[in-house]
Amino acid sequence: MSWIPVLALGGLLTFATRLSFIALLGRVETPDLLRRALRYVPPAVLSAIILPELVVRQGAVDLSFHNQRLLAGLAAAAVALRTRNVLLTIAVGMAALWILQALAAR
Amino acid sequence: MSAPPLPSTRRREFLAGCRDEAPILLGVAPFGMIYGLLALGAGLPALTAQAMSSIVFAGSAQFIATQLIGAGAPAAVVVATIFVVNLRHALYSASVAPYVRHLGTAWKGLLAYLLTDEAYAVAIHRYLRDGDHSEVSPHRHWYFLGAGVTLWASWQASTAVGILLGAQVPRSWSLDFTLPLTFIALVFPALKDRAAAASALAAGATAVLAFGLPYKLGLMVAAAAGIAVGLAVERASS
Repeated sequence: MSWIPVLALGGLLTFATRLSFIALLGRVETPDLLRRALRYVPPAVLSAIILPELVVRQGAVDLSFHNQRLLAGLAAAAVALRTRNVLLTIAVGMAALWILQALAAR
Repeated sequence: MSAPPLPSTRRREFLAGCRDEAPILLGVAPFGMIYGLLALGAGLPALTAQAMSSIVFAGSAQFIATQLIGAGAPAAVVVATIFVVNLRHALYSASVAPYVRHLGTAWKGLLAYLLTDEAYAVAIHRYLRDGDHSEVSPHRHWYFLGAGVTLWASWQASTAVGILLGAQVPRSWSLDFTLPLTFIALVFPALKDRAAAASALAAGATAVLAFGLPYKLGLMVAAAAGIAVGLAVERASS
């Protein structure tokens, strides 16, 4: 099946979101609750994506030292917290993962 | 405070926007390439992968959509997830709205299409710098356009490079791991206060617990839980 119609719908919704307040300003009052709720979208969505990627391995929660992605993710988080540098965070995280994988393969 | 900058022409505004967007491209180009790689890896045809970069035109949503498609999620979940991940753009829309209020419909539509994280960051910096000096330039939307178009072009080009390289990168490189790493880098600046941190923790924990939900619905449930907790903590501490 082609994914194009699905992506077109997703793109249309994205465009509508970006246009929303630009188009509405001065015509409709923004509900206060909506404005406040929107502030929590970035932290909530980002961490909801991150945590399962690090913690869930082969369909089960794995908090052990054998979980390479969890360890590499923690290293990256330490870099992100200190430097706020996106590229450095990715570089350290990938390097950590590759080193852990190489060690485990020996 | 220093004197406001001299009034500028449309052309000069446009080029200034392009120039100020340029340093950000250093960070954007690798993402575009990785997206191209991952999209091919998820089984999307090259043309579809490239089209997504102009249809959806939002890095994080494209990453997630690609991952969901690869995992066999149904179409409705892909659409709903793109929508939720891109909801933050409503914040940007609200933020720039006063500055583009005087423009016509076509301009508003064009700038809304170009309103990505990176174009917003550059454009709003300019608007805030000018402050109330709207007389500084009647053509500031050309600056916004320059920043947006520059980002758009580099996103398309880097996607194409990723797709071209795609077939040659082995799975053992674990490049899919750049997805959570990117978001780890982005999440800390979003944790501005206790309510935001509580929101992130609640959403993350819910996402792990809800991992087994069918159709990859865990992300949506977790986002809703995170937003609810953020609002509750904000109310409790005010």
